[in-house]
Amino acid sequence: MTLRQISVFLENKKGRLAEVVGLIARERINIRALALADTADFGVLRLIVNDTEKCFAVLKQAGFVAQKTEVLAVEVNDRPGGLQRVLGVLDRVGINIEYMYAFVEKKADNAIVIFRVDQPEKAAKELESEGIAVLAEGAINQL
Amino acid sequence: MIWNVHYETLGREVLARLQGERLGELVDRLYRRVPFYRRRLEEREVKPADINRIADIRKLPFLTKDDLREVYPLELLAVDLADIVEVHTSSGTTGKPVVDAYTSKDIGIWAESMARTLAMGDTSRSDVVHNAYGYGLFTGGLGVHYGSRLIGAMVIPISGGNTARQLAILQDFRATVLTCTPSYSLYLAEAAREQGLDFAGLPLRVGLFGAEPWSEGMRREIEAKLHVKALDIYGLTEIIGPGVASECEAQDGLHICEDLFYPEVIDPQTGQVLPDGAKGELVLTTLTKEGTPMLRYRTRDITYLDRAPCRCGRTSVRMHRLLGRTDDMLIIRGVNVFPSQIEEVLLRIEGVEPHYQLIVERQERLDSLEVQVEMNERLFSDEIKKLERTERDIAEALFAALGIQTRVKLVEPKSIPRSEGKAKRVIDKRQL
Repeated sequence: MTLRQISVFLENKKGRLAEVVGLIARERINIRALALADTADFGVLRLIVNDTEKCFAVLKQAGFVAQKTEVLAVEVNDRPGGLQRVLGVLDRVGINIEYMYAFVEKKADNAIVIFRVDQPEKAAKELESEGIAVLAEGAINQL
Repeated sequence: MIWNVHYETLGREVLARLQGERLGELVDRLYRRVPFYRRRLEEREVKPADINRIADIRKLPFLTKDDLREVYPLELLAVDLADIVEVHTSSGTTGKPVVDAYTSKDIGIWAESMARTLAMGDTSRSDVVHNAYGYGLFTGGLGVHYGSRLIGAMVIPISGGNTARQLAILQDFRATVLTCTPSYSLYLAEAAREQGLDFAGLPLRVGLFGAEPWSEGMRREIEAKLHVKALDIYGLTEIIGPGVASECEAQDGLHICEDLFYPEVIDPQTGQVLPDGAKGELVLTTLTKEGTPMLRYRTRDITYLDRAPCRCGRTSVRMHRLLGRTDDMLIIRGVNVFPSQIEEVLLRIEGVEPHYQLIVERQERLDSLEVQVEMNERLFSDEIKKLERTERDIAEALFAALGIQTRVKLVEPKSIPRSEGKAKRVIDKRQL
């Protein structure tokens, strides 16, 4: 069970991030999770939003280079050792993590960790079989 | 199709004799009528009687762009002003413009050379020529126009700019031949794609592209995106405008109309004439022009000549597509490099499109070159390390091919300015 993330190429220029976020806000698209990875020259903005297709279309229309990627949203107990358990499972079954980022759930005592891994379907299955909750695309909008 | 079978397939010896005769007449005329040329010849102690064969051209002095600025606007005129029917000038972006003043016969020579050029793309009276070169003082628009008229093709004088209208007219009048700068053709293709217009559905079959140096990689890109055969054409205001040389369907060098424009290639440092095949600065002499004839004009364009027979049947000498200009040659830590060579390497890399810009800077007396390449769907990855690898791969390819160290920077799409005329490839920030 995977969900889609949008990645956007951005140059490291003053105000660029604000422009993208503003563009999305004007379309009344809600950003559920966000992470920015960057180098000296450029960055890749990763977004999980409530309406992936619309957001993707808006970005393309505005001339951005963007891509949709399958990621995992994993519910982790928001207490010491919670993340380690998830990583342990992935390690044991030989899944490589390209990158990850986390945010804290508002309504429950959980953190959500977004994983980009090399075999998302397999990773989801293994985690679920260990009783770890992997969220579907719709579910993340309910949080 | 060969437009002028007689002149374009002359035997080499007959041609050399014709060139020699024409040169003799030209020098005689200039000596008598143009004080500037007379002074130059006298300085070298050359008399018209010394010029009997084409090889005697080496006795004559060169003419440079700086010379032309000195004689601006009409000091080089070799006929009465009343005999001039049209004037064109260069843009003058690097100083005073250079002037070409045409007599009625000169316009005829221009039309003839452009008819030959258009015929290399098989243009006939049943073709529709969409001419997106600028009309005005710039020679591109009217040069194509006169050539098309001579052939009897239907010319659409749309000129440059207003891309949306260009696309509408292209479809409505079912153009078969496109003429514009190579960078503008890609701009048209990009605009068409945004409108959902596919060039494959248009009857366009050939494009004649010139007025700026471009590469084989860019040719492949244009041919794929516009679904045309892309031919390189060459010319310059000083000599006549477009029409000096053009590729035939073999796409293997540009045939120079050498019964009209005599080419030499020289070492730009020493002025020594170089043998065929050796790279150097192209020098041209207008053998038949009346208004403002050019004697051994140094074009600053870098190329080499090839006199081997071409499979198209023309016997005229071919010049290699421009390798660059003596004045846009970059010297990066002692290595000479032309923007066109960098383009060639870039476009060989999977996913790289011809949207790039070169930034030259000087830090602590060392030149550095930043190569900006636009990001696109094919190059993009959401993993930083893959993007960094792309930058590294490009830099390594440039180093392997050209021996220069560059800093490659991926930039956002459309962040490099698009041009409707000549593309600006180099930004030189050096304080020289």
